[in-house]
Amino acid sequence: MISHAVLVTGLLLLLIGIWGMLTQRDILRIIVGFALMGTGSHIVIVAVGYVANGTAPIIDGALTVTEAAERAVDPVPSALAVTAIVIGLAVTAVMLAFAIRLHAAKKTLSIDAFADSKW
Amino acid sequence: MRRAAIVGLLLALGVIFATVALNYRERTSLPPLAEAYVEMVPRELGALNVITGILLAYRAFDTLGEVAVLFMVAAGIGLLLGAGSKAGNAAELQREEPEPSTEIVRNGADIMVPLIALFAIYIVLHGHLGPGGGFQGGAVIASCVLLVLIAKPDYRVKLTQLSVMESLAGVSIVLVGIAGLVFAGGFLDSRVLPAGNFGSLVSAGAIPILSILLGTKVGCELSVIIERFRA
Repeated sequence: MISHAVLVTGLLLLLIGIWGMLTQRDILRIIVGFALMGTGSHIVIVAVGYVANGTAPIIDGALTVTEAAERAVDPVPSALAVTAIVIGLAVTAVMLAFAIRLHAAKKTLSIDAFADSKW
Repeated sequence: MRRAAIVGLLLALGVIFATVALNYRERTSLPPLAEAYVEMVPRELGALNVITGILLAYRAFDTLGEVAVLFMVAAGIGLLLGAGSKAGNAAELQREEPEPSTEIVRNGADIMVPLIALFAIYIVLHGHLGPGGGFQGGAVIASCVLLVLIAKPDYRVKLTQLSVMESLAGVSIVLVGIAGLVFAGGFLDSRVLPAGNFGSLVSAGAIPILSILLGTKVGCELSVIIERFRA
């Protein structure tokens, strides 16, 4: 049940992010749309790994080694989400750096100002 | 026309997502791969946190590639925003005296920075015992650097020292990996060191060492990226 709510939230965030990237004219807003899309996909990945009544796959007082296989959630999507977050950060940083360079060139961040093609 | 295309695309995606959400059934048991990981990480590696075990042992090669991506991004941003570029020069010319931050921010930073740094070290060291690990701790270290930059605008991050530290950490990760190749099962095998007492701070073979190196490297890289954006 809870993973349903999380999954729907993630998918909605994905849609909002794609909508933002397609409709906004300001480069910073497009980057925010990209970040929203990335966050949405991370939430979807983690939601898909949930096992009913499961707990975090960390052995401690609440989860002993013997019962780990029955009560832990899937650790693989969580590990993938860590990877995805780092790569998302890297891509966002490069996009922001390009935004700074574009602003230095035209003194504006609207993509309408960058209509001239180079070739 | 363009608007109609966008609405159509979003509607199509919405239908696909709705189908996915409606047909999704919560799992009641682990898939075979996950079950193997959950059983193998505590038994073979001696790590309590299964996710760290996967990231720093079974998928450590992947983590190494990820760190390489971060390094590439730090280098690429240096190329885009560094002192040699035109934008960098323009920003240099226009730069006004940085406005001093308010007393609240400065005093808050004085109190918080040591605490945040301590917490980051805790996260890095306890990666194999609880939630945490190199990436998370490195990000917290970088947030510490960001807070210092906000509180003291004229503070310069020492880029050369950070690069040296980062390179040393990267080389050490590869050396630990080669040690795994020689003394244990394969590249980046964490069993080069004994598994130790299950659940103690020094345990789980080479995982804490890899965690510390990774935390150093990620912290340095993110700090360099943050410093580059200040212009």
